[in-house]
Amino acid sequence: MLKKVELLNISKTYDRKQDVISSISVTIEPGEFFVLVGPSGCGKSTILRMIAGLEDITDGVIKIGEKEINDLPPSKRDLSMVFQNYALYPHLSVEENIIFGLHVKKISKSERKKRCSEAADMLGLGSYLQRKPRELSGGQRQRVALARAIVNQSPICLMDEPLSNLDAKLRAHMRSEIRQIQRHLGITMIYVTHDQVEAMTMGDRMMILHNGEIQQIGKPIDIYNRPANPFVATFIGSPPMNLVSCTNNWKTGEININNHLRFFIKPEDQPAVRNRQLTVGIRPEHILHSSNRLTNTIKMQVQVINVEVLGTETIFAFHLGGKEWLAKWNGQWRLSVNDIVPIEIDYNSICLFDKKTGGLIKAPAKIERHIIEQEVMI
Amino acid sequence: MNIRNKLLLYLLLFFSAFLLFFPILYAFMISFMSSDEILHGKFFPAAFHLENYLKVFDRLPLLKYLLNSFIVSTSVMIGQLIVCSMAAYAFVFIQFKGRNFIFFLFISTMMIPWEATMIPNFITILKLDWFNTYQGLTFPFFAAAFGTFLLRQNFLTIPKELHEASQIAGLNTVQFFIKVVLPVSKTSLVTLGVYSFLSTWNQYLWPLLVTTNDSVRTVQIGLKQLQTQETATDWGVVMAGVIVVIIPTLLLLFLGQKQLQKGLTQGALK
Repeated sequence: MLKKVELLNISKTYDRKQDVISSISVTIEPGEFFVLVGPSGCGKSTILRMIAGLEDITDGVIKIGEKEINDLPPSKRDLSMVFQNYALYPHLSVEENIIFGLHVKKISKSERKKRCSEAADMLGLGSYLQRKPRELSGGQRQRVALARAIVNQSPICLMDEPLSNLDAKLRAHMRSEIRQIQRHLGITMIYVTHDQVEAMTMGDRMMILHNGEIQQIGKPIDIYNRPANPFVATFIGSPPMNLVSCTNNWKTGEININNHLRFFIKPEDQPAVRNRQLTVGIRPEHILHSSNRLTNTIKMQVQVINVEVLGTETIFAFHLGGKEWLAKWNGQWRLSVNDIVPIEIDYNSICLFDKKTGGLIKAPAKIERHIIEQEVMI
Repeated sequence: MNIRNKLLLYLLLFFSAFLLFFPILYAFMISFMSSDEILHGKFFPAAFHLENYLKVFDRLPLLKYLLNSFIVSTSVMIGQLIVCSMAAYAFVFIQFKGRNFIFFLFISTMMIPWEATMIPNFITILKLDWFNTYQGLTFPFFAAAFGTFLLRQNFLTIPKELHEASQIAGLNTVQFFIKVVLPVSKTSLVTLGVYSFLSTWNQYLWPLLVTTNDSVRTVQIGLKQLQTQETATDWGVVMAGVIVVIIPTLLLLFLGQKQLQKGLTQGALK
């Protein structure tokens, strides 16, 4: 039985003065993989703990299904949770750890055994069942914690940064494993992370939080393509979007970035920018090597101040308009520091934000992606 | 470390151990000596005969005393473990107003010497008419600030996620206490158990105050009785008694040594 999770105007304050969470409203659909993402201290874990019932709700209503659960104890909410440090019971074996909660729920011994072996098979824990948690590696402990959440067969599973203690390789592996398990079981997953890669790759939808406020909710790719404000633009995507404030002569439609870079706003965008101060944003991968292939681009020469060659791509930094910018080119480029590189930027790939309110005025038009999408369609 | 240093170190260790252990060793030797030999100030007895041991069991109901001591020490140990662990649980896992204040008030009783509270305790036992009873010997020691403190410090190291995980699993307070907190803190519980057993075993003043006959009297008082029974104390017999009395202590120490070390040093290094 799948249930949706509904948060209505949730607020949380510890000292009755300052909100750590301020009026969060979101509906998490049944069977959805929903990611809460944001920098540390943004309140994402607090929201998760409020859903779990480990934290009081100062204001607002949380509903699971159609039922208000504000005052229910955690055990009555019919959910499971995976903790960042796994919270395995050190004195119990793996098997006892996995079926620990089933005891209390008065599930028969044979059923417990069956569920345990199912979960252990699914996660490849079969040969470790008699070991104690301290005899396991980090990855294995993580699996035990997952197994413990699975055997409950709760319709909702909460995860609080479950992968942050693993090394990069294992993390990538567990990402896809958790996603597959969630699809396989069809449970509703609410997943907290500070890692934008996890959020992008795992979530059906994600919610970006900053200082206890919602920045944006949506599908990862939509958020990447249309970031609602400069914070989202820099938080999602690696390296982050380059942002620079500019002067805007809205009579002529000319944008001027510290006299280094000028371009004209297209007539169709001009009404939107009228009387506004602007912040210009450009994703590193949209800064292209100047090749004269494209017309109607902004061309310039920049001096390289740092280079990182990653094998499949090359990231280099340069100064522009008093800020350090990053550009990402596919493939390996033999650049060295102080080289002068010709670059070009397509007007269509530029993002414009209102400098005062931070609101998005113009998102990059999807030039490249259109082609790929069409190919896929055929 | 080269051999020379090692040798030096072991010599030093051996010497310190000998110094520390000398009184017991000497008592052990005396317990085999006759009065004559003792007066001559010899260290080694001429022959190891068990006469003194037979005498001590003859002169005193030593077995009865040993049993009494065992009952009293075990009861205090169990009582202290129950009371202290429950108090520590409350101080760590249950949120209530003034928790820290009450805890420090509780802990501050550690600064009051036991002797100072002896008179109120004595009057309480007197009013309850608990003279010459096991409860009179044990009840005043159930609530121990030291034990609560030790266990609280240990419980504090239990990650709060374990508590939360069991809340989500649906365990109530009692289940969490018994199924998670106690097994996880086994080392500290053993430490406290051994400590309270030994300190009760070695108690002298309180048992002396609240016992007037042999019915519940403990061994330490028995030893004192040996000493003053006659005008000239037969030290060989007294020492035989002493050796009999410290055997359980030593046994407990050897058995619990590993746990004890773990318990006393844990939290020191993290």
